[in-house]
Amino acid sequence: MSEHVLSGPQTRALPRARGGFVRRWVRNPWRRPTILATVTWGYIVWSLLPLVIAIAVSFNNSRSSSSVHLFSLQWWWTDPSDSLLHDPELHSAVIQSLKLSLSTMVIAVPLGVAFALGIDRWRGRVAAGANFVMLLSFVMPEIILGLALFFVFSFLLKFVPLGTPAQILGLVTFQLSYPVIIVRARLLSIGKDYEEAAMDLGATPRQSIRAVLLPMLYPAIFASAAIVFADTIDDFVTVRYLSGPATSEPLSVKIYSFARSQPTPAINAAATFMLGSTIVVGLVAYLLYRAFTKGQRSGAGLGDLANQF
Amino acid sequence: MSAPSEAEPARRRRRRSGGAAEEGVLYPRWFWPSFTFPATLWLAILFVLPLYTVISIAFGTVDQIFRNPLPVYEPWWWSGEQFGKVLDDSFGLYRHVYIHTFEYVVIASALCLFLAYTVAYYVARFGGRRKTLLLALLIAPFFISYLMRMLAWINLLDTDGYINKILTFLHLVPQPVDWLSGRPSTVIMGLIYGYIPYMVLPLYAFLDRIDANLLEAGRDLGAGPARTFFRVTLPLSRPGILAALVIVSLPMFGDYYTNNLLSQSPRTTMLGNLIDEAYGSTGQGPRAAVFVIILMTLLLIPMFYYLRSTARSLETR
Repeated sequence: MSEHVLSGPQTRALPRARGGFVRRWVRNPWRRPTILATVTWGYIVWSLLPLVIAIAVSFNNSRSSSSVHLFSLQWWWTDPSDSLLHDPELHSAVIQSLKLSLSTMVIAVPLGVAFALGIDRWRGRVAAGANFVMLLSFVMPEIILGLALFFVFSFLLKFVPLGTPAQILGLVTFQLSYPVIIVRARLLSIGKDYEEAAMDLGATPRQSIRAVLLPMLYPAIFASAAIVFADTIDDFVTVRYLSGPATSEPLSVKIYSFARSQPTPAINAAATFMLGSTIVVGLVAYLLYRAFTKGQRSGAGLGDLANQF
Repeated sequence: MSAPSEAEPARRRRRRSGGAAEEGVLYPRWFWPSFTFPATLWLAILFVLPLYTVISIAFGTVDQIFRNPLPVYEPWWWSGEQFGKVLDDSFGLYRHVYIHTFEYVVIASALCLFLAYTVAYYVARFGGRRKTLLLALLIAPFFISYLMRMLAWINLLDTDGYINKILTFLHLVPQPVDWLSGRPSTVIMGLIYGYIPYMVLPLYAFLDRIDANLLEAGRDLGAGPARTFFRVTLPLSRPGILAALVIVSLPMFGDYYTNNLLSQSPRTTMLGNLIDEAYGSTGQGPRAAVFVIILMTLLLIPMFYYLRSTARSLETR
């Protein structure tokens, strides 16, 4: 790292710099980046403090969002009618959320991984076209895709009822590109040497994929599974357009529709619950990622993870 | 797409000769395409076909009695009636909506870029020992849902929320400010808050990859810190900046929920809100379809730019 060279010794000023203290401070190329540091830490506080407050509100025993009372679990389960656990509507929404996220993950990840493997080696016009459509689905704004799917299920593919089936089909379409992009990046960094070595040693194509390539792809597969799960549990655009009866609305859609009309701390509890499940899944994926990349990682795990985006 | 590897013709020849010893070394012709088949079929039915349905509805007709859209799937029978109507409105009734949308997205992306670049630059260049901690703090909002983040601001900006409490306590305002009904500044702040995590991380990854030797060379050749930044770092990070701008502005153009959650007023309606409202009311199906097509056309250039730049970075990495 070069920052040692650049931010080097703390000289008071350049030999040629004249003028007052402020001027010398501004012109000193070796001063600490105070302004940048302030902006960065300010940004971090601004981005995280509101969330801490929102989580705190869910453990508050008052209806107001600012007056702080004692720590209570009223909005989680003590309240017999309005809490997350006892409000039947919120309760069924939690189950619907988990159902949608798990089924989307189970369908989208294998489809995406297989696509990434195939498109990485298959060249030609058809392959380029398929790849283009896949990337297009990645950058398409969600409102466009959600509405298009709503139209196709209500006019052309009428045999798919709006509700859970349509929601799962739509979510998989929207999430398919994450595993593809993450696995392809990993495939590029692995290269073809290991596979060829396996086949030189007598493995069939199928064996070389199952015994050599797939284990090396596990980190990317876990990362994409976690991202798909987290993104699906938070999704409310596609899911709302494709929801049928009220029971098919997951927690995210409930939060979206109650956030302004009847904001109680139970909504905060619901959002905190979603956050918690995302963190659990992310943590599991991170631990698996670490376990499967032992000896392969070059530096800090987080830096590697950031480069996946 | 990169050129096929040079070994390709040789392999093909070998397969034709069909030596028993090489069997298993070569993949059969159908082997890799068969991997892509399920996902390709999925996208054909659930991505390409829906987009075509939208076009068929936009250029279709409307049931005179029930006001249902009647999609027309054959291009030679398409009528431009619906499209013309909405286009007329776009230059009249809805003109301010388009202007709003552009204003909000441009201001929000510009502020996003300024803030995200500063943060990413600081972490990449001066992160030092704290780099891992800083990165963890930057990644955290990425895993927190958009809804949760908006909910946090609804709590804060409420008439009896903390922001108003502090402002009235300090006597900066005589009575609580109604932040959450139709203030463009609130909507822009919400857009920035919602999308900036998607910008910080790619910018960080890009700036981290810039070779520090180049910066040192600039310094050695006599440029001051500001000059090194403007003549070396900034030009080198231009592709990263453009990609990051596209990443945040594409979803901002299709955004309707930030507006619905933080404003709920027709004064700040954006293009996404028009689509969402048309979806919600009966008989407005074709109108929603036309708006979707207009939005898609507007976003075509940034989308293609992004696709090209990612394809190129995949090849050169």
